[in-house]
Amino acid sequence: MTISLFIPCFIDQLFPSVGISVVRILEKLGHKVDFDESLVCCGQPAFNTGCWNEARDVAIRVVDGLKNAEVVVIPSGSCGAMIRVFYPEIFKGHPKQEAALSLAHKIYEFSEFLVDRLGVVDLGSRFPAKVTFHNGCHGLRELRLKQQPRQLLRHVKELTLVEMDDQTSCCGFGGTFAVKFPMISTAMGEAKCASALETGADFLVSNDSSCLMHLQGLLSRKKEKLKSIHLAEILASF
Amino acid sequence: MSSIFESQFRASATKLTADLRHRSLIRKALKGYEKSRDEKKARFQDWEAARQAAAETKWEAINHLDKYLSEFADNLARRGAKVFWASTAEEARNYILNLAREKQAKTIIKSKTMTSEEIHLNEVLAKAGYEVVESDLGEFIVQLRDEAPYHLVFPAMHLTRNEISHLFHEKLGSPETDNPEELTMTVRRDMRIRYCKADIGISGANFAVAETGMIAITENEGNARLTTSLPKIHVALLGIEKVLPKLSDLALFLPMLATVGTGQQLTCYNSMIGGPRQPGETDGPEEFHVILLDNRRTHLLADAEQRDALHCIRCGACLNVCPIFRNVGGQTYGTTYQGPIGSVITPHLRGLRDWKHLSFASSLCGACTEACPVKIDLHHHLLQNRRNAVVLGTGKLDRIAFRGFAFLVNHPGVFGVAVKAGRLVQRLHRLIASSKIDPLRAWTASREAPVIAKESFRQYWKSRHK
Repeated sequence: MTISLFIPCFIDQLFPSVGISVVRILEKLGHKVDFDESLVCCGQPAFNTGCWNEARDVAIRVVDGLKNAEVVVIPSGSCGAMIRVFYPEIFKGHPKQEAALSLAHKIYEFSEFLVDRLGVVDLGSRFPAKVTFHNGCHGLRELRLKQQPRQLLRHVKELTLVEMDDQTSCCGFGGTFAVKFPMISTAMGEAKCASALETGADFLVSNDSSCLMHLQGLLSRKKEKLKSIHLAEILASF
Repeated sequence: MSSIFESQFRASATKLTADLRHRSLIRKALKGYEKSRDEKKARFQDWEAARQAAAETKWEAINHLDKYLSEFADNLARRGAKVFWASTAEEARNYILNLAREKQAKTIIKSKTMTSEEIHLNEVLAKAGYEVVESDLGEFIVQLRDEAPYHLVFPAMHLTRNEISHLFHEKLGSPETDNPEELTMTVRRDMRIRYCKADIGISGANFAVAETGMIAITENEGNARLTTSLPKIHVALLGIEKVLPKLSDLALFLPMLATVGTGQQLTCYNSMIGGPRQPGETDGPEEFHVILLDNRRTHLLADAEQRDALHCIRCGACLNVCPIFRNVGGQTYGTTYQGPIGSVITPHLRGLRDWKHLSFASSLCGACTEACPVKIDLHHHLLQNRRNAVVLGTGKLDRIAFRGFAFLVNHPGVFGVAVKAGRLVQRLHRLIASSKIDPLRAWTASREAPVIAKESFRQYWKSRHK
């Protein structure tokens, strides 16, 4: 099938290899990948800060741009939740409500798409390392994705998955929260890093680069060896 | 402009988040709770179905408050209880003050009631010259320390046995000990005399059963039983949202509250009180006053979007799982009700302008919503409060910033130029990163900044499709 890829703004600029990995994986599975360069952001930062009108201004472009897509894949649980769960909220009573709902129904987070839509768990990847997995909260609680990324990791050759303590607790990123209340965000991140470090893993994996940006920032400051990596980058090791 | 409450919140959060002793103390305290909570949850045949049933029962009660509250009040009045409808905190306080004056009371004993914290009853009674004693152990401890409860179920969870021993030694003259039984006995001895001496006993209520006209009180120390039965006068103060339609509803709500509140199957004592001493009865108070408090709960009731926040049974489950609460501590909130539920309802009860910051002080992780036994959509209500705050005209800078942001992402050409500029600025930024003059210090004080990639995904895509 033809898959429309949505690459969130921060993945585009800060973590392009995540997007590139997704393209490689989807193409390996024999699908055609389509990417609309004019779609930059889903509008979540504005929405989470209470600026729903400004978020809608951004979202309208996304809804229009993906109108004809057969299926949309996004490598972020957080931005995926914005489109599936919160677009219907901000478009309530808006002329584009129907279009927003239709998009909400055809958008998939990357791991969800592989496991639930395509029924693929083994990509023939090989990644010789010990890893621990962090669920982004939006993916976990808005999109109900817990097992999908783990199923994919379990099929990676030579990879050992070790679960950390308090595995479902938030890393403390939270978008603008991270800079509006940096002391709380940092304390939460420190607790998360401590749990991840306790596992003795080489890599901290997540399906959300935003959590990893925050956690890697803390780890690098403390000069820890633990490295963060997006799920797609591991799966693209074939 | 940030409110004084926000400044206080920030100052206290800055202190507590850096307090590693506090962090590990709370983590340890909640580990035990988590284990027993999950064991007790597993005893329900279907926990999710129980949550759904509880949410539906509360929905029925809250959406027909007019019917159930008058049924509750009529049934109570029939057995000789005096029911007072208090619109405001002041009306409730004045009712109790007048009652104390009229009865020439001297000492008043209380069992744990967050609603009395909400109306600042202790301060007012103390100022009027009454001796007021909290009989719940945790409440008694924070009263001795002259501070607000830390947690709506565990008022003194932030204190160690050692600290409590010092406190008792200092205030009650008891010998130092780290034996919890001895500490409890110290208070018990002190408290028994006070129950007998007290002229008025004040309690809250966990539930108000409309069908039978009874309040239900659930507790573990037996202090609420003594508070409500030994003094000649019993005053129960409760919010109007406490009502449940039927007595049989308690069959679900009592074990549910115990499960998520304290990790128990049922609390040790569960009392139901439906009136003062009846003719022919040998004990119980001579007078029973029930104060039904609004105090802007109807304001929340009028908000269809967030009305379900009135489902709250004050179990504290959302506090226990909240990473914000666990890091900043309950007293940092500066509210009667701490944690996610406090952040949601305080703007409704005390004004959005002053209390909006609590809705922004959240990563929106949703652990609260998942934990809530009556399915309040807590973290989405925080988002709605944020939106309402912006609509109110606060956060103008955010709005301007996001208008600019919307323009940028809607004009890919301009966005491309901005990114190029960003790459340049980032190189310069490294020189000042995490220093005092760094404008990004909110991020860089504790974290390394991410690096803008040499080649963006867009550039990769373009070069690939040349």
